[in-house]
Amino acid sequence: MFWYLSFFLEQFIMNTKHPAKRNYSSLEKFALHLHPKTIDERAVVFNRTFGLGGICALLFIILAITGMILRFSYIPTVEQAYDSIVNLNTHTIFGGFLRSLHHLSANLLVIASFLHLLRVYYSQAIFKKRAENWIYGLVLMFLVLASSFTGYLLPWDQLAYWAITIFTQIFEYIPLFGHSLANFIRSGETLNSNTLLNFYNLHTGVLPLLFVFFVGMHFWLVRKAGGVALPEVEETQKVPVIPNLLVKEVTVALLLLAGLFLAVVFYSAPLLDQANPNLSPNPSKAPWYFLGAQELLLHVHPAFSAVIIPGYLLLFFIAVPYLNYKNLNIGVWFNSPEGKKLVIHSAIFSFFFTFGLIYLLDHFLHFDVWLSSSPSWISIGIVPFLLYAIPVGAFLFYGFKKYKVHNTEMIMASTTVIMVSYLTMLLISLLLRGEGMLLIF
Amino acid sequence: MKFDRRRFIKRLLVAIASVEALFLIKGGITNKARLSEDKKLIRVGKSDSYEKNQVYPFLSHHFYLKRFEDGGFMALSIKCTHLGCVINHNTKTGGFNCPCHASQFSPKGEVISSPATRPLDYYPMTIKNGELYVDTSVVKRRKSFLKSQLTYV
Repeated sequence: MFWYLSFFLEQFIMNTKHPAKRNYSSLEKFALHLHPKTIDERAVVFNRTFGLGGICALLFIILAITGMILRFSYIPTVEQAYDSIVNLNTHTIFGGFLRSLHHLSANLLVIASFLHLLRVYYSQAIFKKRAENWIYGLVLMFLVLASSFTGYLLPWDQLAYWAITIFTQIFEYIPLFGHSLANFIRSGETLNSNTLLNFYNLHTGVLPLLFVFFVGMHFWLVRKAGGVALPEVEETQKVPVIPNLLVKEVTVALLLLAGLFLAVVFYSAPLLDQANPNLSPNPSKAPWYFLGAQELLLHVHPAFSAVIIPGYLLLFFIAVPYLNYKNLNIGVWFNSPEGKKLVIHSAIFSFFFTFGLIYLLDHFLHFDVWLSSSPSWISIGIVPFLLYAIPVGAFLFYGFKKYKVHNTEMIMASTTVIMVSYLTMLLISLLLRGEGMLLIF
Repeated sequence: MKFDRRRFIKRLLVAIASVEALFLIKGGITNKARLSEDKKLIRVGKSDSYEKNQVYPFLSHHFYLKRFEDGGFMALSIKCTHLGCVINHNTKTGGFNCPCHASQFSPKGEVISSPATRPLDYYPMTIKNGELYVDTSVVKRRKSFLKSQLTYV
Protein backbone atom coordinates (compact mmCIF):
# COMPACT_ATOMS: atom_id res chain seq x y z
CA MET A 1 0.00 0.00 0.00
CA PHE A 2 2.86 2.29 0.88
CA TRP A 3 4.39 1.72 -2.52
CA TYR A 4 1.10 2.22 -4.30
CA LEU A 5 0.39 5.49 -2.54
CA SER A 6 3.88 6.77 -3.30
CA PHE A 7 3.46 5.82 -6.92
CA PHE A 8 0.09 7.54 -7.09
CA LEU A 9 1.47 10.75 -5.60
CA GLU A 10 4.43 10.76 -7.91
CA GLN A 11 2.27 10.33 -11.00
CA PHE A 12 -0.64 12.58 -10.28
CA ILE A 13 0.31 15.24 -7.80
CA MET A 14 3.84 16.09 -8.78
CA ASN A 15 5.09 16.58 -12.24
CA THR A 16 8.38 14.68 -12.27
CA LYS A 17 9.08 14.54 -15.99
CA HIS A 18 11.39 17.49 -16.42
CA PRO A 19 12.60 18.56 -13.02
CA ALA A 20 14.96 21.20 -14.37
CA LYS A 21 12.55 23.08 -16.62
CA ARG A 22 9.25 23.20 -14.84
CA ASN A 23 7.76 25.57 -12.24
CA TYR A 24 7.63 24.29 -8.69
CA SER A 25 4.29 23.86 -6.95
CA SER A 26 3.82 25.65 -3.64
CA LEU A 27 4.21 22.37 -1.73
CA GLU A 28 7.50 21.77 -3.50
CA LYS A 29 8.70 25.30 -2.82
CA PHE A 30 7.88 24.85 0.85
CA ALA A 31 9.75 21.53 0.91
CA LEU A 32 12.80 23.21 -0.60
CA HIS A 33 12.84 25.68 2.27
CA LEU A 34 13.17 22.78 4.70
CA HIS A 35 15.44 20.50 2.69
CA PRO A 36 18.43 21.00 0.40
CA LYS A 37 17.93 20.33 -3.31
CA THR A 38 19.80 17.05 -3.29
CA ILE A 39 20.34 14.62 -0.46
CA ASP A 40 22.33 11.44 0.28
CA GLU A 41 20.26 8.51 -0.98
CA ARG A 42 20.77 6.63 2.30
CA ALA A 43 18.97 9.42 4.18
CA VAL A 44 15.81 8.80 2.18
CA VAL A 45 15.48 5.16 3.25
CA PHE A 46 12.41 4.92 5.48
CA ASN A 47 13.95 2.99 8.38
CA ARG A 48 16.78 5.50 8.73
CA THR A 49 14.40 7.92 10.53
CA PHE A 50 10.94 6.24 10.40
CA GLY A 51 9.71 9.75 9.65
CA LEU A 52 9.32 10.34 13.39
CA GLY A 53 10.48 13.96 13.48
CA GLY A 54 8.09 14.81 10.66
CA ILE A 55 5.27 12.95 12.41
CA CYS A 56 5.87 15.06 15.54
CA ALA A 57 5.81 18.26 13.51
CA LEU A 58 2.57 17.26 11.77
CA LEU A 59 0.96 16.31 15.09
CA PHE A 60 1.92 19.72 16.44
CA ILE A 61 0.19 21.36 13.48
CA ILE A 62 -2.94 19.22 13.98
CA LEU A 63 -2.93 20.12 17.68
CA ALA A 64 -2.52 23.81 16.94
CA ILE A 65 -5.44 23.85 14.50
CA THR A 66 -7.83 21.71 16.58
CA GLY A 67 -6.75 23.62 19.70
CA MET A 68 -7.54 26.98 18.14
CA ILE A 69 -11.02 25.77 17.21
CA LEU A 70 -11.60 24.25 20.66
CA ARG A 71 -10.71 27.60 22.24
CA PHE A 72 -13.92 29.04 20.80
CA SER A 73 -16.11 26.78 22.93
CA TYR A 74 -14.06 26.36 26.11
CA ILE A 75 -14.61 28.51 29.24
CA PRO A 76 -11.65 28.46 31.65
CA THR A 77 -13.53 28.82 34.94
CA VAL A 78 -14.14 26.21 37.63
CA GLU A 79 -17.91 26.68 37.37
CA GLN A 80 -18.21 26.44 33.59
CA ALA A 81 -15.25 24.48 32.23
CA TYR A 82 -16.87 21.06 32.57
CA ASP A 83 -20.24 22.21 31.23
CA SER A 84 -18.64 23.88 28.24
CA ILE A 85 -17.04 20.56 27.31
CA VAL A 86 -20.26 18.61 27.79
CA ASN A 87 -21.90 21.21 25.57
CA LEU A 88 -19.20 20.82 22.96
CA ASN A 89 -19.66 17.04 22.99
CA THR A 90 -23.45 17.07 22.76
CA HIS A 91 -24.52 20.22 20.95
CA THR A 92 -21.75 21.11 18.52
CA ILE A 93 -21.60 19.26 15.23
CA PHE A 94 -18.27 17.39 15.14
CA GLY A 95 -17.43 18.94 18.53
CA GLY A 96 -16.69 15.57 20.11
CA PHE A 97 -14.77 14.57 17.01
CA LEU A 98 -12.52 17.63 17.28
CA ARG A 99 -11.91 17.09 20.96
CA SER A 100 -11.08 13.40 20.45
CA LEU A 101 -8.77 14.28 17.57
CA HIS A 102 -6.96 16.78 19.81
CA HIS A 103 -6.76 14.26 22.66
CA LEU A 104 -5.50 11.41 20.49
CA SER A 105 -2.94 13.58 18.68
CA ALA A 106 -1.63 14.86 22.03
CA ASN A 107 -1.12 11.36 23.38
CA LEU A 108 0.42 10.28 20.10
CA LEU A 109 2.77 13.26 20.24
CA VAL A 110 4.11 12.11 23.62
CA ILE A 111 4.75 8.65 22.17
CA ALA A 112 6.13 9.87 18.83
CA SER A 113 8.54 12.36 20.39
CA PHE A 114 9.82 9.69 22.79
CA LEU A 115 10.33 7.29 19.87
CA HIS A 116 12.09 10.09 17.99
CA LEU A 117 14.39 10.55 20.99
CA LEU A 118 15.12 6.81 20.98
CA ARG A 119 15.79 6.86 17.24
CA VAL A 120 18.35 9.66 17.34
CA TYR A 121 19.95 8.19 20.43
CA TYR A 122 20.36 4.63 19.12
CA SER A 123 21.40 5.68 15.63
CA GLN A 124 24.25 7.67 17.23
CA ALA A 125 22.99 10.99 15.87
CA ILE A 126 23.57 13.19 18.92
CA PHE A 127 27.30 13.79 18.99
CA LYS A 128 29.66 16.64 18.09
CA LYS A 129 27.85 19.18 15.90
CA ARG A 130 24.54 17.52 16.74
CA ALA A 131 25.02 17.76 20.51
CA GLU A 132 23.43 21.21 20.72
CA ASN A 133 20.38 19.95 18.88
CA TRP A 134 20.03 17.08 21.38
CA ILE A 135 19.64 19.73 24.09
CA TYR A 136 17.01 21.54 22.01
CA GLY A 137 15.32 18.16 21.58
CA LEU A 138 15.23 17.66 25.35
CA VAL A 139 13.69 21.13 25.75
CA LEU A 140 11.05 20.17 23.16
CA MET A 141 10.40 16.89 24.99
CA PHE A 142 9.86 18.92 28.16
CA LEU A 143 7.48 21.25 26.27
CA VAL A 144 5.53 18.25 24.95
CA LEU A 145 5.09 16.89 28.47
CA ALA A 146 4.27 20.34 29.89
CA SER A 147 1.65 20.97 27.19
CA SER A 148 0.10 17.58 27.68
CA PHE A 149 0.10 18.03 31.45
CA THR A 150 -1.45 21.52 31.42
CA GLY A 151 -4.05 20.36 28.90
CA TYR A 152 -4.91 17.40 31.12
CA LEU A 153 -6.48 19.67 33.75
CA LEU A 154 -8.70 21.71 31.44
CA PRO A 155 -11.77 19.40 31.24
CA TRP A 156 -12.04 19.76 35.06
CA ASP A 157 -13.48 16.28 35.49
CA GLN A 158 -12.55 13.74 38.17
CA LEU A 159 -9.80 12.24 35.98
CA ALA A 160 -8.20 15.63 35.33
CA TYR A 161 -8.52 16.98 38.87
CA TRP A 162 -7.01 14.00 40.67
CA ALA A 163 -4.29 13.22 38.14
CA ILE A 164 -2.97 16.78 38.44
CA THR A 165 -3.39 16.74 42.23
CA ILE A 166 -1.32 13.57 42.49
CA PHE A 167 1.43 14.79 40.21
CA THR A 168 1.82 18.23 41.80
CA GLN A 169 1.97 16.48 45.17
CA ILE A 170 5.09 14.60 44.00
CA PHE A 171 6.93 17.96 43.97
CA GLU A 172 6.25 18.34 47.69
CA TYR A 173 8.84 15.63 48.36
CA ILE A 174 11.66 17.86 47.15
CA PRO A 175 13.33 19.16 50.32
CA LEU A 176 13.49 22.87 51.23
CA PHE A 177 11.56 24.42 48.33
CA GLY A 178 9.31 21.50 47.28
CA HIS A 179 6.24 22.70 49.17
CA SER A 180 6.46 26.25 47.84
CA LEU A 181 7.20 24.95 44.31
CA ALA A 182 4.09 22.75 44.42
CA ASN A 183 2.04 25.65 45.77
CA PHE A 184 3.41 27.88 43.02
CA ILE A 185 2.42 25.39 40.29
CA ARG A 186 -1.07 24.97 41.82
CA SER A 187 -1.24 28.61 43.00
CA GLY A 188 -2.54 27.33 46.33
CA GLU A 189 -2.67 24.31 48.62
CA THR A 190 -5.23 22.64 46.35
CA LEU A 191 -6.23 23.06 42.72
CA ASN A 192 -8.46 26.11 42.29
CA SER A 193 -9.69 28.66 39.78
CA ASN A 194 -6.24 30.29 39.61
CA THR A 195 -4.66 26.97 38.68
CA LEU A 196 -7.16 26.46 35.90
CA LEU A 197 -6.60 29.94 34.45
CA ASN A 198 -2.79 29.61 34.69
CA PHE A 199 -2.80 26.19 33.05
CA TYR A 200 -5.15 27.44 30.34
CA ASN A 201 -2.89 30.39 29.63
CA LEU A 202 0.21 28.19 29.52
CA HIS A 203 -1.50 25.56 27.40
CA THR A 204 -2.99 27.85 24.79
CA GLY A 205 -0.56 30.78 24.82
CA VAL A 206 2.90 30.47 26.32
CA LEU A 207 3.80 26.87 25.49
CA PRO A 208 2.69 26.90 21.81
CA LEU A 209 4.70 30.08 21.30
CA LEU A 210 7.79 28.47 22.82
CA PHE A 211 7.18 25.46 20.56
CA VAL A 212 7.29 27.60 17.44
CA PHE A 213 10.65 29.04 18.46
CA PHE A 214 12.27 25.78 19.57
CA VAL A 215 10.95 23.73 16.64
CA GLY A 216 12.39 26.38 14.32
CA MET A 217 15.78 26.08 16.02
CA HIS A 218 15.54 22.28 15.95
CA PHE A 219 14.91 22.22 12.18
CA TRP A 220 17.59 24.78 11.46
CA LEU A 221 20.20 22.87 13.48
CA VAL A 222 19.39 19.67 11.59
CA ARG A 223 20.16 21.51 8.33
CA LYS A 224 23.28 23.07 9.83
CA ALA A 225 24.59 19.64 10.86
CA GLY A 226 24.17 18.40 7.27
CA GLY A 227 20.89 16.54 7.67
CA VAL A 228 20.31 13.03 8.99
CA ALA A 229 23.37 11.39 10.58
CA LEU A 230 24.84 8.70 8.32
CA PRO A 231 27.79 6.34 8.64
CA GLU A 232 30.88 7.53 6.78
CA VAL A 233 31.51 5.97 3.36
CA GLU A 234 33.98 6.71 0.59
CA GLU A 235 31.50 7.65 -2.10
CA THR A 236 28.07 9.14 -1.49
CA GLN A 237 25.26 9.04 -3.99
CA LYS A 238 23.11 12.19 -4.07
CA VAL A 239 19.49 12.16 -5.25
CA PRO A 240 17.08 15.07 -5.74
CA VAL A 241 14.80 15.73 -2.76
CA ILE A 242 11.87 16.18 -5.15
CA PRO A 243 10.42 13.65 -5.65
CA ASN A 244 12.51 11.09 -3.70
CA LEU A 245 12.12 12.44 -0.16
CA LEU A 246 9.03 14.59 -0.63
CA VAL A 247 6.90 11.69 -1.86
CA LYS A 248 7.78 9.68 1.22
CA GLU A 249 7.09 12.59 3.54
CA VAL A 250 3.70 13.27 2.00
CA THR A 251 2.89 9.55 2.11
CA VAL A 252 3.67 9.32 5.83
CA ALA A 253 1.69 12.50 6.49
CA LEU A 254 -1.37 11.25 4.61
CA LEU A 255 -1.24 7.83 6.25
CA LEU A 256 -1.00 9.48 9.68
CA LEU A 257 -3.92 11.79 8.98
CA ALA A 258 -6.03 8.97 7.60
CA GLY A 259 -5.16 6.75 10.57
CA LEU A 260 -6.01 9.48 13.09
CA PHE A 261 -9.33 10.34 11.46
CA LEU A 262 -10.27 6.68 11.23
CA ALA A 263 -9.32 6.06 14.87
CA VAL A 264 -11.33 9.05 16.08
CA VAL A 265 -14.45 7.64 14.43
CA PHE A 266 -14.32 4.75 16.91
CA TYR A 267 -12.67 6.45 19.88
CA SER A 268 -13.78 9.35 22.04
CA ALA A 269 -11.69 11.26 24.56
CA PRO A 270 -12.60 10.30 28.15
CA LEU A 271 -14.81 12.58 30.24
CA LEU A 272 -15.79 11.48 33.76
CA ASP A 273 -18.02 13.29 36.26
CA GLN A 274 -17.33 16.91 37.12
CA ALA A 275 -14.37 17.36 39.48
CA ASN A 276 -15.22 16.86 43.16
CA PRO A 277 -12.40 18.05 45.48
CA ASN A 278 -13.92 16.05 48.36
CA LEU A 279 -13.98 12.67 46.68
CA SER A 280 -10.83 10.92 45.47
CA PRO A 281 -11.52 8.13 43.02
CA ASN A 282 -9.95 4.79 43.90
CA PRO A 283 -7.34 4.31 42.57
CA SER A 284 -6.07 7.80 41.69
CA LYS A 285 -3.35 7.86 39.09
CA ALA A 286 -1.12 10.58 37.61
CA PRO A 287 -1.22 11.18 33.80
CA TRP A 288 -0.05 7.95 32.16
CA TYR A 289 3.41 9.19 31.07
CA PHE A 290 4.26 10.12 34.69
CA LEU A 291 3.07 6.82 36.16
CA GLY A 292 6.62 5.43 36.25
CA ALA A 293 7.47 8.20 38.73
CA GLN A 294 4.39 7.43 40.83
CA GLU A 295 5.30 3.74 40.84
CA LEU A 296 8.83 4.54 41.99
CA LEU A 297 7.40 6.62 44.83
CA LEU A 298 5.47 3.56 46.08
CA HIS A 299 8.66 1.59 46.60
CA VAL A 300 11.49 3.97 47.36
CA HIS A 301 11.90 6.76 49.90
CA PRO A 302 10.95 10.18 48.45
CA ALA A 303 14.49 11.52 48.89
CA PHE A 304 15.55 8.94 46.29
CA SER A 305 12.46 8.73 44.08
CA ALA A 306 11.65 12.44 43.89
CA VAL A 307 15.06 14.07 44.16
CA ILE A 308 18.21 11.98 43.72
CA ILE A 309 17.10 9.65 40.91
CA PRO A 310 15.24 12.22 38.72
CA GLY A 311 17.99 14.82 39.31
CA TYR A 312 20.69 12.36 38.35
CA LEU A 313 18.78 11.24 35.24
CA LEU A 314 18.24 14.81 34.10
CA LEU A 315 21.95 15.58 34.40
CA PHE A 316 22.80 12.30 32.66
CA PHE A 317 20.52 13.03 29.70
CA ILE A 318 21.94 16.54 29.31
CA ALA A 319 25.52 15.25 29.54
CA VAL A 320 25.14 12.20 27.32
CA PRO A 321 26.41 13.75 24.05
CA TYR A 322 29.37 15.37 25.80
CA LEU A 323 30.83 12.32 27.57
CA ASN A 324 34.24 11.06 26.55
CA TYR A 325 33.65 8.22 24.07
CA LYS A 326 36.41 5.97 22.78
CA ASN A 327 34.89 4.43 19.66
CA LEU A 328 32.10 6.56 18.22
CA ASN A 329 30.56 5.35 14.96
CA ILE A 330 28.26 8.25 14.16
CA GLY A 331 25.15 7.21 12.25
CA VAL A 332 25.67 3.49 12.90
CA TRP A 333 22.69 1.87 14.64
CA PHE A 334 23.74 0.86 18.18
CA ASN A 335 27.33 1.84 17.31
CA SER A 336 28.28 -1.77 16.37
CA PRO A 337 26.71 -5.23 15.93
CA GLU A 338 27.84 -6.12 19.49
CA GLY A 339 26.20 -2.92 20.72
CA LYS A 340 22.93 -4.01 19.15
CA LYS A 341 23.04 -7.41 20.87
CA LEU A 342 23.96 -5.81 24.19
CA VAL A 343 21.12 -3.27 23.97
CA ILE A 344 18.57 -5.98 23.18
CA HIS A 345 19.80 -8.17 26.05
CA SER A 346 19.81 -5.17 28.43
CA ALA A 347 16.24 -4.31 27.50
CA ILE A 348 15.03 -7.88 28.09
CA PHE A 349 16.98 -8.17 31.35
CA SER A 350 15.75 -4.79 32.60
CA PHE A 351 12.11 -5.60 31.86
CA PHE A 352 12.05 -8.95 33.67
CA PHE A 353 14.27 -7.78 36.52
CA THR A 354 12.20 -4.64 37.25
CA PHE A 355 8.97 -6.60 36.96
CA GLY A 356 10.21 -9.31 39.33
CA LEU A 357 11.62 -6.83 41.83
CA ILE A 358 8.35 -4.89 42.00
CA TYR A 359 6.42 -8.14 42.48
CA LEU A 360 8.75 -9.15 45.33
CA LEU A 361 8.64 -5.69 46.95
CA ASP A 362 4.85 -5.71 46.85
CA HIS A 363 4.28 -9.21 48.20
CA PHE A 364 7.29 -10.45 50.12
CA LEU A 365 9.92 -7.82 50.92
CA HIS A 366 8.58 -5.48 53.62
CA PHE A 367 11.69 -3.57 54.61
CA ASP A 368 9.71 -0.79 56.28
CA VAL A 369 8.39 -3.38 58.77
CA TRP A 370 11.53 -5.51 59.10
CA LEU A 371 13.90 -2.57 59.57
CA SER A 372 11.46 -0.34 61.43
CA SER A 373 14.14 0.51 64.01
CA SER A 374 16.41 2.16 61.43
CA PRO A 375 15.53 5.50 59.78
CA SER A 376 13.26 5.29 56.75
CA TRP A 377 15.91 6.59 54.33
CA ILE A 378 17.83 3.34 55.02
CA SER A 379 14.96 0.85 55.21
CA ILE A 380 13.03 2.07 52.16
CA GLY A 381 15.81 4.19 50.64
CA ILE A 382 19.27 2.66 50.45
CA VAL A 383 18.13 -0.97 50.81
CA PRO A 384 15.77 -1.13 47.79
CA PHE A 385 18.14 1.09 45.83
CA LEU A 386 21.00 -1.38 46.33
CA LEU A 387 18.62 -4.24 45.62
CA TYR A 388 18.16 -2.69 42.17
CA ALA A 389 21.63 -1.29 41.55
CA ILE A 390 23.76 -4.34 42.46
CA PRO A 391 22.11 -6.88 40.09
CA VAL A 392 21.98 -4.28 37.31
CA GLY A 393 25.67 -3.50 37.84
CA ALA A 394 26.49 -7.20 37.79
CA PHE A 395 24.54 -7.69 34.57
CA LEU A 396 26.27 -4.77 32.87
CA PHE A 397 29.68 -6.09 33.96
CA TYR A 398 28.78 -9.51 32.55
CA GLY A 399 27.75 -7.90 29.25
CA PHE A 400 30.98 -5.91 29.18
CA LYS A 401 33.06 -9.09 29.58
CA LYS A 402 30.98 -11.20 27.18
CA TYR A 403 30.82 -8.81 24.23
CA LYS A 404 34.21 -7.13 24.77
CA VAL A 405 32.80 -3.70 23.98
CA HIS A 406 34.00 -0.15 24.69
CA ASN A 407 32.44 2.54 26.84
CA THR A 408 30.15 3.80 24.04
CA GLU A 409 28.19 0.55 24.07
CA MET A 410 28.28 0.33 27.87
CA ILE A 411 26.74 3.81 28.28
CA MET A 412 24.13 2.84 25.70
CA ALA A 413 23.36 -0.36 27.63
CA SER A 414 23.00 1.60 30.91
CA THR A 415 20.64 4.08 29.28
CA THR A 416 18.62 1.17 27.91
CA VAL A 417 18.34 -0.42 31.37
CA ILE A 418 17.12 2.87 32.88
CA MET A 419 14.59 3.62 30.12
CA VAL A 420 13.17 0.09 30.06
CA SER A 421 12.87 0.13 33.86
CA TYR A 422 10.87 3.33 33.67
CA LEU A 423 8.63 1.92 30.94
CA THR A 424 8.10 -1.30 32.94
CA MET A 425 7.08 0.69 36.03
CA LEU A 426 4.80 2.82 33.88
CA LEU A 427 3.10 -0.23 32.39
CA ILE A 428 2.70 -1.93 35.78
CA SER A 429 1.17 1.19 37.29
CA LEU A 430 -1.08 1.77 34.28
CA LEU A 431 -2.31 -1.75 33.63
CA LEU A 432 -1.70 -3.93 36.67
CA ARG A 433 -2.72 -1.75 39.60
CA GLY A 434 -6.32 -1.64 40.72
CA GLU A 435 -8.05 -0.43 43.88
CA GLY A 436 -5.73 1.02 46.51
CA MET A 437 -2.92 0.81 43.93
CA LEU A 438 -2.60 -2.92 44.75
CA LEU A 439 -1.32 -5.33 42.13
CA ILE A 440 -4.21 -7.19 40.51
CA PHE A 441 -2.39 -10.54 40.70
CA MET B 1 35.60 47.26 30.31
CA LYS B 2 35.40 51.00 30.00
CA PHE B 3 32.46 52.83 31.54
CA ASP B 4 29.83 53.62 28.96
CA ARG B 5 26.97 55.87 30.04
CA ARG B 6 24.57 54.86 27.27
CA ARG B 7 25.13 51.16 27.76
CA PHE B 8 24.79 51.53 31.51
CA ILE B 9 21.45 53.33 31.24
CA LYS B 10 20.19 50.84 28.68
CA ARG B 11 21.04 47.88 30.90
CA LEU B 12 19.61 49.56 33.97
CA LEU B 13 16.29 50.09 32.18
CA VAL B 14 16.22 46.47 30.99
CA ALA B 15 16.98 45.24 34.51
CA ILE B 16 14.23 47.38 36.07
CA ALA B 17 11.73 46.26 33.42
CA SER B 18 12.64 42.60 34.00
CA VAL B 19 12.18 42.87 37.75
CA GLU B 20 8.81 44.55 37.24
CA ALA B 21 7.77 41.88 34.70
CA LEU B 22 8.77 39.14 37.13
CA PHE B 23 6.67 40.66 39.91
CA LEU B 24 3.73 41.14 37.56
CA ILE B 25 3.82 37.52 36.44
CA LYS B 26 4.31 36.18 39.95
CA GLY B 27 1.52 38.38 41.27
CA GLY B 28 -0.74 37.35 38.43
CA ILE B 29 -0.11 33.68 39.04
CA THR B 30 -0.66 33.67 42.77
CA ASN B 31 -2.88 36.62 43.74
CA LYS B 32 -5.72 36.51 41.24
CA ALA B 33 -8.54 35.82 43.64
CA ARG B 34 -6.94 35.83 47.05
CA LEU B 35 -9.64 35.37 49.64
CA SER B 36 -9.83 37.89 52.43
CA GLU B 37 -8.49 36.57 55.73
CA ASP B 38 -11.96 36.54 57.32
CA LYS B 39 -13.22 34.09 54.75
CA LYS B 40 -10.51 31.64 55.68
CA LEU B 41 -11.28 31.82 59.41
CA ILE B 42 -13.98 29.17 59.75
CA ARG B 43 -16.34 29.40 62.73
CA VAL B 44 -17.20 25.91 63.98
CA GLY B 45 -19.33 26.87 67.00
CA LYS B 46 -19.35 26.21 70.77
CA SER B 47 -17.03 23.58 72.17
CA ASP B 48 -19.73 21.79 74.18
CA SER B 49 -21.62 20.94 71.01
CA TYR B 50 -18.86 18.44 70.19
CA GLU B 51 -18.66 15.08 71.96
CA LYS B 52 -15.36 13.65 73.13
CA ASN B 53 -13.67 10.98 71.00
CA GLN B 54 -15.65 11.96 67.94
CA VAL B 55 -14.71 13.13 64.46
CA TYR B 56 -16.70 15.81 62.63
CA PRO B 57 -16.08 16.25 58.91
CA PHE B 58 -15.94 19.78 57.45
CA LEU B 59 -15.16 18.60 53.93
CA SER B 60 -15.96 21.82 52.10
CA HIS B 61 -13.37 23.56 54.31
CA HIS B 62 -10.88 20.68 53.89
CA PHE B 63 -10.59 19.50 57.49
CA TYR B 64 -11.83 16.91 60.00
CA LEU B 65 -12.50 18.33 63.45
CA LYS B 66 -11.43 15.78 66.06
CA ARG B 67 -12.17 16.07 69.78
CA PHE B 68 -9.96 13.88 71.92
CA GLU B 69 -10.67 12.06 75.21
CA ASP B 70 -9.19 14.92 77.28
CA GLY B 71 -11.33 17.55 75.56
CA GLY B 72 -8.60 18.88 73.24
CA PHE B 73 -9.51 19.86 69.69
CA MET B 74 -7.55 19.35 66.47
CA ALA B 75 -8.46 20.32 62.90
CA LEU B 76 -6.81 17.68 60.70
CA SER B 77 -6.32 18.37 56.99
CA ILE B 78 -8.25 15.97 54.74
CA LYS B 79 -5.31 15.84 52.36
CA CYS B 80 -3.25 12.64 52.51
CA THR B 81 0.44 13.49 52.95
CA HIS B 82 1.42 10.84 50.40
CA LEU B 83 -0.05 12.20 47.15
CA GLY B 84 -2.86 14.53 48.15
CA CYS B 85 -5.98 12.33 47.96
CA VAL B 86 -8.87 12.96 50.35
CA ILE B 87 -8.68 10.63 53.37
CA ASN B 88 -11.73 8.84 54.77
CA HIS B 89 -12.58 8.52 58.46
CA ASN B 90 -12.32 4.91 59.60
CA THR B 91 -15.14 4.46 62.12
CA LYS B 92 -13.73 1.16 63.46
CA THR B 93 -10.27 2.42 64.46
CA GLY B 94 -11.13 6.10 64.83
CA GLY B 95 -8.26 6.82 62.45
CA PHE B 96 -8.10 7.77 58.77
CA ASN B 97 -7.55 5.76 55.59
CA CYS B 98 -6.47 6.98 52.18
CA PRO B 99 -8.49 5.39 49.35
CA CYS B 100 -5.85 6.02 46.71
CA HIS B 101 -2.70 4.28 47.85
CA ALA B 102 -3.79 2.61 51.10
CA SER B 103 -1.91 4.78 53.60
CA GLN B 104 -3.35 4.53 57.12
CA PHE B 105 -3.29 7.14 59.89
CA SER B 106 -4.00 6.89 63.62
CA PRO B 107 -6.69 9.05 65.32
CA LYS B 108 -3.90 11.54 66.08
CA GLY B 109 -2.93 11.62 62.40
CA GLU B 110 0.29 9.63 62.73
CA VAL B 111 1.27 7.17 59.99
CA ILE B 112 0.37 3.56 60.79
CA SER B 113 0.92 2.17 57.32
CA SER B 114 3.04 3.54 54.43
CA PRO B 115 3.44 4.79 51.62
CA ALA B 116 2.78 8.09 53.47
CA THR B 117 5.88 9.24 55.34
CA ARG B 118 4.67 12.06 57.61
CA PRO B 119 1.62 12.67 59.84
CA LEU B 120 -1.47 14.49 58.59
CA ASP B 121 -1.15 18.28 58.49
CA TYR B 122 -3.39 20.36 60.76
CA TYR B 123 -4.88 23.86 60.90
CA PRO B 124 -4.36 26.15 63.90
CA MET B 125 -7.44 26.92 65.98
CA THR B 126 -8.40 29.96 68.05
CA ILE B 127 -11.14 30.72 70.55
CA LYS B 128 -13.10 34.00 70.48
CA ASN B 129 -16.00 34.65 72.87
CA GLY B 130 -16.26 30.95 73.70
CA GLU B 131 -16.57 29.97 70.05
CA LEU B 132 -14.07 27.88 68.10
CA TYR B 133 -12.46 29.11 64.88
CA VAL B 134 -10.24 27.17 62.45
CA ASP B 135 -7.72 29.21 60.48
CA THR B 136 -7.57 27.53 57.05
CA SER B 137 -5.18 30.09 55.56
CA VAL B 138 -2.15 28.33 57.06
CA VAL B 139 -1.56 24.60 57.04
CA LYS B 140 0.85 23.30 59.70
CA ARG B 141 3.25 20.45 58.96
CA ARG B 142 4.68 18.27 61.74
CA LYS B 143 7.07 15.39 62.27
CA SER B 144 5.07 13.72 65.04
CA PHE B 145 2.10 14.22 67.33
CA LEU B 146 2.63 16.60 70.27
CA LYS B 147 0.19 17.64 72.96
CA SER B 148 0.88 21.29 72.09
CA GLN B 149 -0.85 20.80 68.73
CA LEU B 150 -4.21 20.47 70.51
CA THR B 151 -6.42 23.41 71.38
CA TYR B 152 -8.23 23.54 74.75
CA VAL B 153 -11.11 25.72 75.81
